[in-house]
Amino acid sequence: MSKPKLAYYLAGGCGGCDIAVVDLSEALVDVALAVDIVFWAPTVADAKYKDLEAMPDGSIDVGLFSGNVRNSEHEHIAKVLRQKCKILIAFGICAACGGIKGLVNLHTTEQLLDKAYINTFSTDNPEKVLPQTTVTVDGKYELTLPTLMDARALDQVVKVDYYIGGCPPYHEHIAKAFTALLSGQLPPPGSWITMGKAVCEVCDRNPVLKGKPKKLATTVKRTIDGAPSEDGCLLEEGYLCLGPVTQGDCGSKCPAANMPCRGCGGPIPGVKDFGLRAISAIASMLDNEELVDQIPDPVHLFYRYTLPSSFLGKRLKR
Amino acid sequence: MNMAWEPRLIVIACHWCTYAGADLAGSLRYSYPPTVHIIRVPCSGRVEPEFIAEALKRGADGVFIGGCHFGDCHYKEGNYKAIRRFKLFKRVATDLGIEPERIQLEWISGSEGKRFSEAMTEFDAKIRELGPNPLKGGAQ
Repeated sequence: MSKPKLAYYLAGGCGGCDIAVVDLSEALVDVALAVDIVFWAPTVADAKYKDLEAMPDGSIDVGLFSGNVRNSEHEHIAKVLRQKCKILIAFGICAACGGIKGLVNLHTTEQLLDKAYINTFSTDNPEKVLPQTTVTVDGKYELTLPTLMDARALDQVVKVDYYIGGCPPYHEHIAKAFTALLSGQLPPPGSWITMGKAVCEVCDRNPVLKGKPKKLATTVKRTIDGAPSEDGCLLEEGYLCLGPVTQGDCGSKCPAANMPCRGCGGPIPGVKDFGLRAISAIASMLDNEELVDQIPDPVHLFYRYTLPSSFLGKRLKR
Repeated sequence: MNMAWEPRLIVIACHWCTYAGADLAGSLRYSYPPTVHIIRVPCSGRVEPEFIAEALKRGADGVFIGGCHFGDCHYKEGNYKAIRRFKLFKRVATDLGIEPERIQLEWISGSEGKRFSEAMTEFDAKIRELGPNPLKGGAQ
């Protein structure tokens, strides 16, 4: 029997998802033996786009797409991968929901280029040179760069079969997901590969799991306002932890390290818009309405990983 | 502005107070604009920010949430939860470029039929002034 074929593509991401796959360590050896990696660009294998484009449609069993769709190149490969793969997985929170880099949607491309290439303190660019999509070198070689677009989640470009959250996905969860994939034990198409529990349900700090009632927060704190207690609920202490609405496939790693959950796992099942449900959860955990005004920068807090996939998707520009 | 445009206003009214207030407005023959579409929910505390955002995304020009006055909530504290969620949602929506005037929260009791019709008339006038929802028909 031939091995299942696997493709991996890193689009608008940081490479953290690739590292998380490599972090499987010994388990990766088993996975690597069990699958035939036909394409892994641009990080691990030296594969060319034309090789991928030449493969027959539907010839790859599983395609993993990490990173969001940020430019014309990502969009093109997303469409090619969709054609070539039987199962296409949005791998990691960038592909699934837009990710941290989806926060670019709060600004226009002009603002971003201006900030990156002209207006920073350390930039020396008196001629205000900006990256161009095409340039001709020596009068004969035409070089091209992809066109920047608003950041999108993968399912805003092509149909996605499964989602895996996490920034990056937690390696033990990846191992479980790969095992599920290789054994064919998959949830219905279109769903997240997840255990379906919230971070709070696996968090050692959760008072409810110890049989105690959950108290409302009487103050709003930032992580720079000092360390939380050893084992108390971060939300009760006023740290705005998004554990109630985030998938807990990570095993609640951040709260265990005194860091409130930021929501990288993606929304728990049944939630259409992560940020809005987080607003709902956090607001009803606060003791009074004055505390609402003390929350610093709510857009970045609640949409840290999911802005492109939200109802609004970006800041409206007028 | 397009003269053919008529606002579409979604009013999410709590069963025990604002919906009863709307009912009373009808019984007492107070009129309010036909642009108002009322959705009844058990409690203003049931209103998820997702409801408001989805209404706006699907073409509502304004969303009005009506609940019981403080102390009158049938479920004791649903309206306290509602105002916290609403305030937080409004901050986020404003930051994302939605005019905050498009969303409104008000407490209207079952005996305030007149107030209900006034509130609807005021809300309609305010949205007419603002114009169509920018999310409608593709925002930039």
